[in-house]
Amino acid sequence: MPKGLVVIDKDRCKGCGLCIGACPFEVLDFSGEYNSAGYNVAHMAHPERCTGCAICAQVCPDVAIEVYRLQPDKLKEGA
Amino acid sequence: MPQASTQVPEGYVKAFFRPRSLSDAKYTYCPGCHHGIVGRLIAEAIDELGIQDRTVGIAPVGCAVFLYQFYRVDFVQAAHGRACAVATGIKRANPELVVFSYQGDGDLAAIGTAETVHAANRGENITVIFVNNQVYGMTGGEMAPTTLPGQRTTTTPEGRDVRLTGYPLRISEMLAQLDGPAYITRQSVHDVRHIQMARRAILKAFRNQLEGKGFSLVEIVAACPTNLKLPPPQANRWVAENALKYFPLGDLKVKGG
Repeated sequence: MPKGLVVIDKDRCKGCGLCIGACPFEVLDFSGEYNSAGYNVAHMAHPERCTGCAICAQVCPDVAIEVYRLQPDKLKEGA
Repeated sequence: MPQASTQVPEGYVKAFFRPRSLSDAKYTYCPGCHHGIVGRLIAEAIDELGIQDRTVGIAPVGCAVFLYQFYRVDFVQAAHGRACAVATGIKRANPELVVFSYQGDGDLAAIGTAETVHAANRGENITVIFVNNQVYGMTGGEMAPTTLPGQRTTTTPEGRDVRLTGYPLRISEMLAQLDGPAYITRQSVHDVRHIQMARRAILKAFRNQLEGKGFSLVEIVAACPTNLKLPPPQANRWVAENALKYFPLGDLKVKGG
């Protein structure tokens, strides 16, 4: 299981792409899926690389991203 | 985000979430607008200090005019430029309240210069968040007092001519000369490192008010991708390469330290 997980609120996302550029592991990309406002929303293109650093959520101007991290005990079980 | 809890597999804990002081309303800003980041940093500061039930915000005129919809705190929407004067009245009548004003450069640095300078000079115990995006965003991208020399806007299509329209106004430097203010700083939110620094500055500005230190102003050099006519990542780069040359970052005045 990857260390981190991001959940992007598709209705809030305005497709500005700042999270995509800010992610140090190139996890995020445009999904090609358009929301009701007509924006091309971001999604996790490579979820396996996510570390849960939350840089994407920090730079998101619309506070559309929630970040989850694997609990430390689960991390040991996985390793 | 109601769908979030169902999508997350077992074993994961929340590491970053929407601050409690932000309402569920969607921002009305354009894609990539820095107002949204600054708005979140203020909500995080309110949550961290536990002052949600006694905070009053003053919304400006400009792109952030609907600010009162985005927060779960009380708000007053002031007449154009008068936010510091309204904040003064609220704070003096109810000193136990935490009062902050949120203003853009068209509001604070143009029509509201007098109110801002005098509130700062009196050392009013309020917090002012000043978002300087070098343009009148809401009305269609006209030249603001803070527009850079040579910058193209809808009213300076050949670039700002300083012989005709003067030089960009450095409000923070101007206010830092006065004896009244306790804390004047300039920050930016164009990358994650600067967002963290801006977060600490906003927190300090609110803490100063709780400690009764006096007037605190945090200027945020922001990007307006729509009026710069640049995609948001390039607009951030434009801020780093151009705006920050004219508006250098850092603390300009810290009283007693």
